[in-house]
Amino acid sequence: MENLVQEAIQNVNMQAIMPSLVLCVFGMVLLMVSVFSKRGNTTHVAWLSIAALVITGFVTLSGWNNPQGGFADSVLFDNFATFFSMICIIAAGLTILMSDDYLKREGSPVGEYYPLILFTTAGAMWMASGTDLMTIFLGLEVLSISLYVLAGFFRDQTRSNEAGLKYFFLGAFSTGFLLYGVALLYGVTGTTKIQGIAAYVQANPDSAMNTMFIAGGLLLLVGFLFKIAAAPFHMWTPDVYQGAPTPITAFMSAGPKAAAFAALMRVTIVGLDGLQSELTSLFWVLAVLTMTVGNFIALSQKDLKRMLAYSSISHAGYAMVGLVAWNAVGLSAILFYMLVYTFMNMGAFAVLVLIGKKGEDNLTLDGVAGLGYKKPILGIALTIFLFSLMGLPPTAGFTAKFYIFAGAIKAGYIWLAVLGVLNSAVSLYYYLRIMVQMYFKDPEEDFAWVKINVPTAISIAISVVGVLYLGIVPGAVMNLAKLAGF
Amino acid sequence: MSASTEPPTNLIASSAQDIEGLLSLGLYALIATGLILILLLLARFLGQRTHSEAKDAPYESAVDPTGDARLREPVPFYLVAIFFIVFDVEAVFVVSWAVAYDLLGWAGFWQISFFIFILFLGLVYLWKMGGLEWGSQSARDQKRRIG
Amino acid sequence: MQAILFYLTAVVAILSAFFVMKCRNPINSALNLVTTFLCLAVFYVMLESPFMAAVQIMVYAGAIMVLIIFVIMLLNLGLTVKTRYTHGLAAGGILSVMVLFVANYFTRAGEATGTGGSVTSELIASYGHTELIGRAMFVDFLLPFEIASILLLVAIVGAVVLSKRKV
Repeated sequence: MENLVQEAIQNVNMQAIMPSLVLCVFGMVLLMVSVFSKRGNTTHVAWLSIAALVITGFVTLSGWNNPQGGFADSVLFDNFATFFSMICIIAAGLTILMSDDYLKREGSPVGEYYPLILFTTAGAMWMASGTDLMTIFLGLEVLSISLYVLAGFFRDQTRSNEAGLKYFFLGAFSTGFLLYGVALLYGVTGTTKIQGIAAYVQANPDSAMNTMFIAGGLLLLVGFLFKIAAAPFHMWTPDVYQGAPTPITAFMSAGPKAAAFAALMRVTIVGLDGLQSELTSLFWVLAVLTMTVGNFIALSQKDLKRMLAYSSISHAGYAMVGLVAWNAVGLSAILFYMLVYTFMNMGAFAVLVLIGKKGEDNLTLDGVAGLGYKKPILGIALTIFLFSLMGLPPTAGFTAKFYIFAGAIKAGYIWLAVLGVLNSAVSLYYYLRIMVQMYFKDPEEDFAWVKINVPTAISIAISVVGVLYLGIVPGAVMNLAKLAGF
Repeated sequence: MSASTEPPTNLIASSAQDIEGLLSLGLYALIATGLILILLLLARFLGQRTHSEAKDAPYESAVDPTGDARLREPVPFYLVAIFFIVFDVEAVFVVSWAVAYDLLGWAGFWQISFFIFILFLGLVYLWKMGGLEWGSQSARDQKRRIG
Repeated sequence: MQAILFYLTAVVAILSAFFVMKCRNPINSALNLVTTFLCLAVFYVMLESPFMAAVQIMVYAGAIMVLIIFVIMLLNLGLTVKTRYTHGLAAGGILSVMVLFVANYFTRAGEATGTGGSVTSELIASYGHTELIGRAMFVDFLLPFEIASILLLVAIVGAVVLSKRKV
């Protein structure tokens, strides 16, 4: 008690939180900038936040291969956290690039939008680097509350209001489950540190029979599975993805999902390693359920944002296959998959941002009829992203799925891999429907309203390069993902 | 309930004291409720009661009330309630620092300063955004034009 | 003595929680909720956590109740709620009783005190409860504590963005 001051100072390790600290400082500065500059003009805030993300990216990358822990073991910024933080930074950057003109078109250019995205990213980083359940929980809360606001950002659009409110209510419930799980685990193990829980499981091999421990662990998993939109906790996804502003939908499907995967992986692989056999059989069922539900409901969707929401559910299912495998290949494949998914899904949403009219009522299957002829470049870009989402070579979607299923086969889950491939075959149908509309239907409209602006074009270009690069030469990044695994 | 730190010899004495305290508490509660009951019942039976339309009105000998008593609260009330919660929680955290400030030293001081500074930014933000302003937009504009 | 106090408070807590559900007027429900919160504060005192009791009263019975009441008045539910909502009452009741049994089973089956924490009654007696909370907050949970400030900032921004526009 007496040497508390020394203890407190020893615990502080700024290196371990530097990336999120930089991001938060920038977020607060930008908040002030947007308040004190003229309302309605947000372009400079957007570019400043891009600069903030670039600086944060460099700070994050400088910590590669130099794991830093601190704050009484409540955070550990290792390669794993670096990799996931980079995914979130890329997702946030692409979102901001496609946002400025979108906000002007929809008539809500409010500067707070960008700081909120930065805070969301910081929350995602705490989720990825947290080694204490409290850090993970608070990171999740910062991320969620920012996202609730962003999802309901267009106050005068009923759909956006509905999205924000629905996400808020269901998200609050899932957070409650998560917190209850943390409390029960604390009651059993006497600690909230993930390492401490792992030590408890090691010391008590029969903790799989301890109902209170199981209840805590399951409730904890519910909280994370909600955020990654795994069935049966996926119900919010279509409505929220459809109603939220399109760049935010893109962001939600990439950044926060990756962060939730990071937290889920750290909690299960590090903390609950002793329960591998129980957890893998649980994840087996959930993975199959998630991808099947996502793909089969997507078949009947007419609205493109809604279809991509269900597709996002099914992709969460594919990524969970890596968690079932529970080996080095499968786990590094999840990291790779999340990066690839960021590029391909955000690219597809960026194209939707461009071709939407005000109010976005034309983002349906019929609405893209003839797009491939009227706007050939956009058509080709969307085709590449859809190929990647289907998982066809030479795009990154193929290599990502290849690594995931390779991990499953290596761990002996051949049936799971077969089911995954069958699911991909089902998904061909609805992705191909979009392409048929684009190339084999006579255009009903001339797409004259589509004005390609530079920032959104940059985000599409980055996504195309990312998808093709990771598809043709995946080795280098895959090696990084292997180094980032546990 | 809780592990007592006292040695067992004192336990009997303390439990006797406890029972005494409990008894006096119970007696006090009984007298208090009994007094209220007696007063209410006495007033009911002894007092005279008359009914008339004017007497049953909410405000006797005043203007007749019209409309519903439940008026819609305007949104600023809700905003103020949220800000109240936020700064209430901040106060709680500051108290937890204040009671241990001598143990925590300067490190704790800078930590709580950082915390307060971030929320101060929040205060600046909501002030500048007009979160604390009252009344309708047009009235405020008029006031600004005059003043 | 403590057991008697515990059961008395528990009965009041459960009864008032029941009336939160049962009352027709939302304001009455809110007032019953205050009673429940006060009973929880008593529990905290009995668990040697006076600071938590104070927080319970200040934040929950104070601030959060103010918010709840403002929202009730904002929505102006007064008359619409009086048309009573009864369908599904039996099913809901059966379901909640079942959940109660499941929860009871879970909590009884596990070892709640599997691992004792480092904070004991002796430690609380010698240092004081609130000092220990301050210590835990600023030494063990410093990072989550600072993240909480960002969380509160985001909450302020979110409230203003969603309810205040064109100022």
